[in-house]
Amino acid sequence: MIPVKFDYVHAATVDQAIKLMQDSDGTGKVIAGGHSLLPLMKFRLTEPDVLIDISRIDQLKEVKVEGERLIVGALVTHHDASKHPLIQAHVPLLADTASQIGDLQIRNRGTIGGNLAHADPAADLPAAAFALDAEIIIQGEDGEERMSVDSFIIGPLITMLPENSLVTGVSFSIPPSHAKSVYLKYFHPASGYPVVGVAAMAGTDKAGAIDYIKVALTGVGDVAFRAESVEQTLLGQKPSEKMIREAARLAAEEGEMGSDLFASAEYRENLCKVYTERALRSILL
Amino acid sequence: MAIENRKVTVTVNGQERSAEVEPRKLLVHYLRDDLGLTGTHIGCDTSQCGACTIMVNGAAVKSCTMLAVQADKSELTTVEGLGTIDHLHPMQQSFWEEHGLQCGYCTPGVMMAMIGLLQENPNPSEEEIREGMEGVICRCTGYQFIVSAVQKAAKIMAEAAAKDGEAVAASQLVGEGTHRG
Repeated sequence: MIPVKFDYVHAATVDQAIKLMQDSDGTGKVIAGGHSLLPLMKFRLTEPDVLIDISRIDQLKEVKVEGERLIVGALVTHHDASKHPLIQAHVPLLADTASQIGDLQIRNRGTIGGNLAHADPAADLPAAAFALDAEIIIQGEDGEERMSVDSFIIGPLITMLPENSLVTGVSFSIPPSHAKSVYLKYFHPASGYPVVGVAAMAGTDKAGAIDYIKVALTGVGDVAFRAESVEQTLLGQKPSEKMIREAARLAAEEGEMGSDLFASAEYRENLCKVYTERALRSILL
Repeated sequence: MAIENRKVTVTVNGQERSAEVEPRKLLVHYLRDDLGLTGTHIGCDTSQCGACTIMVNGAAVKSCTMLAVQADKSELTTVEGLGTIDHLHPMQQSFWEEHGLQCGYCTPGVMMAMIGLLQENPNPSEEEIREGMEGVICRCTGYQFIVSAVQKAAKIMAEAAAKDGEAVAASQLVGEGTHRG
């Protein structure tokens, strides 16, 4: 399978990439690792006239701490994210999630920025991004702006990325050092995509009460979501098996369950509860 | 719209090669059709099966999901670069001895992916090998013999590294073979 004809240009800088997008008059597409875009192009589901390759802009491969947040360059691959010392130290949830995306070969090519910009409803990464209050860093014609991930991803494969602009990085909040985290998924055995994926972080204070908790789910509907009911139920409580089970019953409250060949909405709702319970047990008990 | 072909130059199995290609040409087609390196196979063509796995700058990559133009100025290793008939790569030797293949269609990609695994983790557990095989599909072997082959290859490579008196990374064992494309 080969895509329809297109032209191909390299952008040496972010500014040049924006200029090339302007020149393409809406017919250009940015490519980095290409692991979301090329499969679509091979099926001819998308037919850009020109590909703008940003993969050699080295400044988009940086990872750095900025106050209470960790900035991960858009071009950091899933593989590098899973092994990066700063990511492992400050946002282990991101490293854990990245290590479970696709497979070895895919992780070597797919990028953090590309994954979120693609907004695949069945992707793993949005769960971690929602749990870590991610902000998408966007460079456009009028400069830089930051958008929270829940206002950036608005539907399946649909984002608020403005025209002629580029995701240059993602900013993740650094959780308190006593918080533990996990990404747990029930995946389709053939595709590896999550039917339900749960990213959870939680910590307890000296008295044993939960003083930090974030839970986000992906794969179940059109967009990932934060399970705020679960968080609110558990915050301030001392974790117990019973308490966690009861809170996990609310795991599907904020989401809209999708129904497809893999799983019915009813089954997905049940999986949300079961996997949230398992995730929270593993970090709280 | 007139689209010009692009010159793509790569170092493949230690030799510099180049060809003029359309931007839409996939890397696997460039290797097979332009450079004549047909050891790399096309299975599913949808980045699932891993039969097309090669090394790009030392990392295992599915060459059906990469454009040739994206690989310009990269270092590639294909199965042809692993070993020769007289001097098989430890991975090839082990696949042979442990019957890690039946029809052999997936084998070049599986070997490249498993070399990628050993680069990261030179002494993987059985579970880690099975996890590492996520990105390859074999319809003949049931995977058990592949696991045995990878375990043997890891052992041979570790012994070779110890013999050299220093930790030789698996990556340095790649690309020593003679190019026969």
